[in-house]
Amino acid sequence: MPKIFTTIGMYVLLMQKVFSRPQKRKIYWNQLLTEINSLGLESLGIVAFISAFMGAVVAIQTAYNITSPLIPMSMVGFTVRQSVILEFSPTVISLILAGKVGSRIASEIGTMRVTEQIDALEIMGVNSANYLIFPKITASILINPVLIVFSMWMGILGGWIAMTATNLVSTNDFVQGIRIDFQGYTIFYALTKTVFFAFIISSVSGFYGYITNGGALEVGQASTKAVVFSSVIIILFNLVLTQLLLT
Amino acid sequence: MIEARNINKSFGEHHVLKDVSCIFEKGKTNLIIGQSGSGKTVLMKCLVGLFEVDDGKVIYDERNFTTMNFEQRKTLRREIGMLFQGGALFDSMTVEENVMFPLNMFTSQSLSEKLDRVNFVLNRVNLEKVNKLMPSELSGGMRKRVAIARAIAMKPQYLFCDEPNSGLDPLTSGVIDHLIQEITEEYEITTIVNTHDMNSVLRIGDSVAYIYEGKLWWKGNKETILHTDNQELNEFVFGTELTSRLKR
Repeated sequence: MPKIFTTIGMYVLLMQKVFSRPQKRKIYWNQLLTEINSLGLESLGIVAFISAFMGAVVAIQTAYNITSPLIPMSMVGFTVRQSVILEFSPTVISLILAGKVGSRIASEIGTMRVTEQIDALEIMGVNSANYLIFPKITASILINPVLIVFSMWMGILGGWIAMTATNLVSTNDFVQGIRIDFQGYTIFYALTKTVFFAFIISSVSGFYGYITNGGALEVGQASTKAVVFSSVIIILFNLVLTQLLLT
Repeated sequence: MIEARNINKSFGEHHVLKDVSCIFEKGKTNLIIGQSGSGKTVLMKCLVGLFEVDDGKVIYDERNFTTMNFEQRKTLRREIGMLFQGGALFDSMTVEENVMFPLNMFTSQSLSEKLDRVNFVLNRVNLEKVNKLMPSELSGGMRKRVAIARAIAMKPQYLFCDEPNSGLDPLTSGVIDHLIQEITEEYEITTIVNTHDMNSVLRIGDSVAYIYEGKLWWKGNKETILHTDNQELNEFVFGTELTSRLKR
């Protein structure tokens, strides 16, 4: 138990170093753009693929399970919209990003640590935590909501394609379902969660990379820890945020 | 000049540095030698502040580094250059970007001024036409030379070299050693080299400090080291097959 508190303490101290004014604004902007590209835009493909197929599966499952004639087929579109916007895109895609982006951040920073590149930054008088982790956190917070909105769109598109391809639900019914009782707040709810999850993924992964000590084996361990702990914290925060935002 | 005064450093129960006091003089190549695990790397990391000392002082030209806060240390570190064992070049940057990095970070020079400086220091370490290469495309010796170029780009007052010859063949080691000595004399900086290579000691050891079991055991230079009657140092100096045969 005390080890958890020590780790949390180390994380808080590191974040204190991370959240300081960048030493050179121009260098920070360049890094931010690089990170937006590597952490966000390079994830577009996997996000699109998973979202479209998950949307399709949700639509097919719902369509086959509507057996009562009293339930209109527009419920398929409604179910796809609600599941994709409320949970699938913000939470499941964030978990996938925790795996893809989290392991990348932890292994990149971990390798820099074990090859003394972070020591080299410190010796030069650079705040290495701020220089390495801050642009990644900012980039994640900026680009993950974009990815999640894209995921929502792809999920609903996947559901619609599956329904029209299988003739289970007509386009009219599906679109009508998507429009039923739509509340803009659900988007706000999803994006608020996304911003929290983006911070968790980038900061926790950055932390585990930064405290790596040893060699290649430890870099691998740091990468694994980053993914596991980011995922666990996302799941815990998902419960708390859902309770807070939907009551 | 850098002075280590009564430095103690422990890791848990393990007392690594025991009351080490030593002066490293300006314009000289000051070597710290010792067996693996003797504490020489810990001493160097304490000198540059990568490790905090438990007790004692590190003084840079009458400036007490030990009591400095984070911002004061950041300012002083702009006067420090360091060559790491593996070079520690940034993998994602070209040679030019690596050498230019401290200039980008801490100066407001124009791009052409920075490029001039980069080309000057690369020439100084005898490297040409490597500006656009990535570190992974360089040999071990070239990587060390780029690291030296990066270390001197900001015209440092203090140069630290952690085992500069590790992993290099004897000829390339000689090139690196001479480069370090030339730069030290040319810019009149305080250079501290951490090594266990006796060839380096005999080549560039203007001042040599021998660390044994965490203590400063002996201090001298490349001339006196061969004639000492210190038993532990003799075992270290004549520890290789070649040197023991030469002694016989």
